[in-house]
Amino acid sequence: MGLTRDDILNLAKLSRLRFNENEIEGFQSDLNSIMDYIDVLNEVDTEDVEPLVHINNNDIDLREDKIEKSLTSKEAMVNAPQSEDGALVVPKMIGE
Amino acid sequence: MNKIYELTALEIRDKILSRELTAEEVVLDIFKRIDETDSQIGSFVYLRKEKALKEAKNIDKRLAEGEKVGALVGIPVAIKDNMVSIDDPSQSASKILKGYVGIYDATVVNKLKEADAIIIGKTNMDEFAMGSTTTTSKYDIITRNPWDLDRVPGGSSGGGATAIASKQCFLSLGSDTGGSIRQPAAFCGVVGLKPTYGRVSRYGLMAFGSSLDQIGPFGKTVGDVALALNIISGEDKYDATVSKKAVPNYLECLTGDIKGMKIGVPKEYFIDGINSEVNKKTKEALDIFKELGAEIVEISLPHTKYAAPTYYVLAPAEASSNLARYDGVRYGHRSENVSDIDSLYINSRTEGFGNEVKRRIMIGTYVLSAGFYDAYFKKAQKVRRLIKEDFNQAFKKVDIIFTPVTPNTAFKIDDKKTPLELYLEDIFTIPANLAGIPGISLPAGMSKDGLPIGIQLLGRPFGEEDILRAGDCFEKAMKERI
Repeated sequence: MGLTRDDILNLAKLSRLRFNENEIEGFQSDLNSIMDYIDVLNEVDTEDVEPLVHINNNDIDLREDKIEKSLTSKEAMVNAPQSEDGALVVPKMIGE
Repeated sequence: MNKIYELTALEIRDKILSRELTAEEVVLDIFKRIDETDSQIGSFVYLRKEKALKEAKNIDKRLAEGEKVGALVGIPVAIKDNMVSIDDPSQSASKILKGYVGIYDATVVNKLKEADAIIIGKTNMDEFAMGSTTTTSKYDIITRNPWDLDRVPGGSSGGGATAIASKQCFLSLGSDTGGSIRQPAAFCGVVGLKPTYGRVSRYGLMAFGSSLDQIGPFGKTVGDVALALNIISGEDKYDATVSKKAVPNYLECLTGDIKGMKIGVPKEYFIDGINSEVNKKTKEALDIFKELGAEIVEISLPHTKYAAPTYYVLAPAEASSNLARYDGVRYGHRSENVSDIDSLYINSRTEGFGNEVKRRIMIGTYVLSAGFYDAYFKKAQKVRRLIKEDFNQAFKKVDIIFTPVTPNTAFKIDDKKTPLELYLEDIFTIPANLAGIPGISLPAGMSKDGLPIGIQLLGRPFGEEDILRAGDCFEKAMKERI
């Protein structure tokens, strides 16, 4: 049992990552060891247990829906790989 | 007087306030210290020399004019490379954020600045905070344990711990998701605190595990850590997970008295396989707490052995979600090899992320994927509730809980450990992140081969006062023994 090579390729696709053959084998082995280790959780009886999602029971306070200052487009583009006139430039990928 | 860099944060602050020292000479001394030591230690990935000096001079000017100043006035502070600050580079030690410059200040950075602290630079870390050695940093910098340069400082906040241990600054901020402040604190012989989840804002901290991450201070003493916690804690409109609970003055809780305090010792943390030197120092530390008048109570945290597996489902899951934003579009590395949308994402991410990060993204994607979500992710969330419940029950009987921090002392940088072996080093620190409770690592002496050993105190939610008070008493008792 465990993760097959196809499983690893599928996960890579979902994660938007690509691996070479060596790496695929390496990941398969690493992930299988880790998943074997994680399997011990099946020993725990969680029949009537609710998942813990919120650590503290904070009441979520919504703020007033009013417009506040935010980033300028100049600031937002500071780290853009490519930008022009305050807009992000991306490779063309529609309309081929 | 001691050399400037040997003083504590509180002493520096007092000497600047009394004008015995100027902020400028403190900052210059610190940068000189860094110049002399950092090529060996490798704490820093970025230094804010000019800005720090300018800020220091401005502080001196304001003091001369009798102006009111903040509680951290003139104290040189370092922050981890995963916390953003305006106009400073922050990369989370990853190639995927090479060249990224902060366009806003993290809330903790803003609070430090408002308290007139001087941020001197950014410290090295494991890539995206995933690791316990700082060796997965993608900078060309090896961070070394100041006690033995061939050994790791721990991680992921390694640079934050070494900066304090080698006296390169007086306070530093790290982040702790599964032990990343407490473990390097133990390996480097300094104090490190992970606050209660929701005590400190995560706004401006590059997210790894959003339900686990907390920013916390490193310091030379418990007093310094309490001082830092005063400043960085509190309500924040930019982080909905931060508590609105008032922040006490953590310095005032250092009363020097823990007579009658109930300290729980969980039997599940005292297992075979812990290094004998760690065992020895842990026992000696417990004896000190007895001598200080605390009452030692045996307790059980029955789900302890499930904490690490639970963490290694939840943390990678949250990470895979949080790291989806690194896609080569708006910031960070964009591949030159792009022909369509898939290759934009796949190539940018494949080129930009290191192996450990990829491993965790893959695990996270797996446990969240259709068909496995219930069996793994939801299951782990249920076990998490049981782990938290163990602590809730324990804190009905005791005030704080005493445990080791790590099963071993710092290992060699060249030691080849498997991913799983590394994950098992975190077994004593992980539970506090799962339960959202505060934990402090305190220096508890040295091993025979000169390596620091730490002990951990865990508190109930928002119970930092108890662990700081006990930690401070322990620290004073340790000083008297030398």
